[in-house]
Amino acid sequence: MSEWPSAKELKERFLNDIFDQQVFNLTSEQCVEYALACGELEPRYTDETHPDFQAPPTFPSSFRTSQHLPSEFPKLPGLGMHAGMAIHPRKPIRPGVDLTAKTYLYDIYEKTGRSGRMTFMVSRTEIFDPDGELLATADSRSVVRERPNQ
Amino acid sequence: MKIEKIADVEFGAELPVFNPDTNMQNVKRFTEAAGWNGPRFNDHDKAREEGLPGALVPGIMSQGFLAAMIHRWAPQAMILTVDTIFRAPVIVDESYSISGVVTDIDEDRKSIEIDLLVTNDLNETRVFGTASLQLPA
Repeated sequence: MSEWPSAKELKERFLNDIFDQQVFNLTSEQCVEYALACGELEPRYTDETHPDFQAPPTFPSSFRTSQHLPSEFPKLPGLGMHAGMAIHPRKPIRPGVDLTAKTYLYDIYEKTGRSGRMTFMVSRTEIFDPDGELLATADSRSVVRERPNQ
Repeated sequence: MKIEKIADVEFGAELPVFNPDTNMQNVKRFTEAAGWNGPRFNDHDKAREEGLPGALVPGIMSQGFLAAMIHRWAPQAMILTVDTIFRAPVIVDESYSISGVVTDIDEDRKSIEIDLLVTNDLNETRVFGTASLQLPA
């Protein structure tokens, strides 16, 4: 593999293999504090006695993985940065439930602009309840940009 | 006006501007709840030592602001997606406003799409977001 491998090479080697798996369990207090700090006013997010009380829909974006990329993923010799994130809630997340978060590389693509070549990596974390039901998907996009003198 | 159902939504409608609370005390409250405590979010001096312009509002908090803004406008909205692109840092203790506009309405799926912008006092975009949500019929 070259110093700056192509997206095609990286996809063939790393796509869709789970490289991080963790279990999270939220408390009611965590959910309320998260919601209130974000400015939520809806009782289903801010009042733990509400019959439909649940975590704010963006909460799974905060689930940190122990590693951002697979262990064997090559270090690209450029400037790395976090480019964005997307959350896709599917079902309400309730406090006190064990949540299994599985993370894999969902996409890798390249762009070439005035500043040179850029490689984007999309890590996808899927959140499951104990029955294996998918509750949410959280995507995190990072980019490595070619340094100006490369 | 609060949006209760899909028929209440007009194409091109602007959501009420939301001014999120980015003061240090509130950001600490958020990072403690999220398990994201750290000097780059909770300490201006230490963040500057890392080469940052100041303590940062975490991107996940900006995403939470967007969801809260949607629920303030449409309390029963079920969020399907919030996608955010970070253009520039959002700094703790600086003031920001979030604007939103309806860009698509799908009456069959009872869903709408919204573009969202987090801007600073100089009207510079810091975060760009798109959201899709479902509303009752």
